[in-house]
Amino acid sequence: MSRIGVVVCHCGTNIAGVVDVERVAAEAAKLPNVVFAVTNKYTCSEPGQATMKAAIEEHQLDRLVICSCSPRMHEATFRRMLKDTRINPYMLEIANLREQCAWVHTDKEKATEKAIDLMRMAVAKVEQNKPLFTSTIPIHKKCLIIGGGIAGIQAALDVADAGYQVTIVEREPSIGGHMVMLDKTFPTLDCSACISTPKMVDVGQHPNITLMTSSEVVNVGGYVGSFEVTIKQKARYVDHTKCTGCGLCETKCPTKVPSEFNQGYNKRTAIYKPFAQAVPAKPVIDPDSCKMLKEGKCGVCAKVCPLGCIDFKDTAKEYTETYGAIIVATGYDLIPWQDLYGEYGGGRYADVITGLQFERLVNASGPTEGHILRPSDGTEPKDVVIIKCVGSRDPHKGKSYCSRACCMYSAKHAHQILEKLPGANVYIFYMDVRTPGKGYEEFYDRTRADGAVYIRGRVSKIYKENGKLVCKGEDTLLGKPVSVQADMVVLATAMVPAVGVEKLTTMLGIATDPDKWVQEAHPKLRPVETQTGGIFLAGTCQGPKDIPDTVAQASAAAVKVCGLFSKDEMETSPMISGVDQQKCCGCGFCVNCCPYKAISLVEIDAREGARRVKKTVASVNSGLCQGCGCCTAACRTGAIDLSGYTNAQILKEVDALCL
Amino acid sequence: MSVKADPNWEPKILAFCCNWCTYTGADLAGLNRMKYPANVRVVRLPCSSRVNPQFILRAFQKGCDGVMVCGCHPGDCHYATGNYFTRRRFMLMKRLLEYNGIDPQRFQARWISGSEAAKFRDTVTRVAGEIKALGPNTRFQEKWYEEGGEAQ
Repeated sequence: MSRIGVVVCHCGTNIAGVVDVERVAAEAAKLPNVVFAVTNKYTCSEPGQATMKAAIEEHQLDRLVICSCSPRMHEATFRRMLKDTRINPYMLEIANLREQCAWVHTDKEKATEKAIDLMRMAVAKVEQNKPLFTSTIPIHKKCLIIGGGIAGIQAALDVADAGYQVTIVEREPSIGGHMVMLDKTFPTLDCSACISTPKMVDVGQHPNITLMTSSEVVNVGGYVGSFEVTIKQKARYVDHTKCTGCGLCETKCPTKVPSEFNQGYNKRTAIYKPFAQAVPAKPVIDPDSCKMLKEGKCGVCAKVCPLGCIDFKDTAKEYTETYGAIIVATGYDLIPWQDLYGEYGGGRYADVITGLQFERLVNASGPTEGHILRPSDGTEPKDVVIIKCVGSRDPHKGKSYCSRACCMYSAKHAHQILEKLPGANVYIFYMDVRTPGKGYEEFYDRTRADGAVYIRGRVSKIYKENGKLVCKGEDTLLGKPVSVQADMVVLATAMVPAVGVEKLTTMLGIATDPDKWVQEAHPKLRPVETQTGGIFLAGTCQGPKDIPDTVAQASAAAVKVCGLFSKDEMETSPMISGVDQQKCCGCGFCVNCCPYKAISLVEIDAREGARRVKKTVASVNSGLCQGCGCCTAACRTGAIDLSGYTNAQILKEVDALCL
Repeated sequence: MSVKADPNWEPKILAFCCNWCTYTGADLAGLNRMKYPANVRVVRLPCSSRVNPQFILRAFQKGCDGVMVCGCHPGDCHYATGNYFTRRRFMLMKRLLEYNGIDPQRFQARWISGSEAAKFRDTVTRVAGEIKALGPNTRFQEKWYEEGGEAQ
């Protein structure tokens, strides 16, 4: 027999002014198993709590119903109070008589009737409550960062500086990402490599950072505090423990292929570092172009290497390690505009280039040593057209979102062209100019003062005529068609999530939005967290943003990780799902609907009569389960139930209302 | 219908509300001292996807005149995808209830966010009015069969 106590709170006159609290308490006293029912002026106050504690002892209560304000207000308070009494904190139910009764009704009789119903429901529910106990999970203070762009670099440095171990996984042979490919950054015109490469070096030299380049995450298991992550490092064919990065091999390699880093505008060798300041500053062999690996002939690099670092028999290696937290910083790629914009030549015209290609052309260490030259014939362009929103804000062809950085880098491109090519003309076709950032609007004004011509409208077609690229469009401010003869066209193409991010998000069990950007837990208040505990976001994997925002978000994610790592173990809520393996038929319906991938099918030994049999049943990972209860409604045998909101509890509540 | 017409009859409506959106919205309605009819009793659940169709059948069986299931707007679920399941389950459930002779107006699923206090008030007011107009529910009810009544 349970011994239930009911306390009805006046809340001053907040409740008592509308609800007849004495009548509610009197009705409660009539209910079976209710051995104590009183009213109290202010239940949540110190004296109120003291009275309840005394009553719990005096009447040997084993469960408690408090009819007061919303449980969202004081459930935690009352649970804390119960911690040092004989009642388990989860043997408590709260009837919401204030927010959902007294404050919203004026008819005293009806409000009191409703209050009695709510009290009865809470009493019926509390009878079914079972003591629950919070458990703790250990936290492995090691952070995995996926992606080695500026977001990953910043987050890694912040976490490592706080004294925690960090591993960066980068699929390219060097960290640096897109930022290191850029020439200058808006609006200050800082040299991008000059401000990012020192950070790369810091990462390479930091005692707390392990760098895994040419690597990808291939499997993720576990949960916050202890994620089991398998990382696959591709074969590099160069022993980086011995290599000093002297670069002799690169000078002798006979195979030349287009350089990815320079957007194909010059060549690299088959054994290569992506760029001069690469971190690690050691080469790898590209197996797709190396003659030795493809045809078994050559081996020049192995012959010239003074330390014998070349190993053509190198294979991919897999490492499995435990991490307490993961930061996703996978960044972006540019939309494949060639497939979408046939009217812009679809890639047929060499002089129609992307903003990123322009960055390499204008960069002093780029293929043209910083001279702006047409890719087709190496001459200086005189008339340059910049087209914004190629793929952005265009739901019919590309994406409906704004890529955020293009307005500013297009202004920067215009500024650079006007500066480097005196007498050149720059025409910028735009839909709107968006400059929300410190110093951004001023930079845009300066570019217009430099002489850039802004034309409001979109280009509908680019075609070649007499060696010129004719851009036909409309000036929507004049309401007239316009046609500009250009030598070079720069497209501000949309950012899209990095290739392969879907595979990763599936592995991590985190959500993406319809455009495949990783979904944050709350757009305003939890912008760097995901729905899955212990997995955080940094940079453009979450949505298009510029460098300052990326760096800010990376530091924010790092703080979240440090906060998590500041404790040795983490308390978990006991209100999670559990499976009755006797009842479970192993259908797996719950597995499919769980938003957290917390349920898996496992094989157990069971008894069937006298025989021992193998049986497949569902099993809930208590570290991953967040207690939504979605699985419980999917279970056809009623084997899975949610502690704190069990089927029995809810059905009793329903019954109590309808008595 | 053999149920005697009672001029003072008030419908009993059960609302299953998710903790993160609709329950918060209902609390906000209270904080703003909005007024709505006292017919609705709220059952607090972590997520609208916790609602087992069995609970709804039980409510009708035990004498509820209307049932509401309320949660976050699709796409805003605290648990990422829970309310998508709610939506699918109750599209089906509504048709099942209709097939069994329960007026579809007696069962309503609504998305009310934590900030939509006014929407909570309006929804509750409207649903209470509609169900009052429909009169007492007699389908599925134990009492009804016990009293020897026949189905409608």
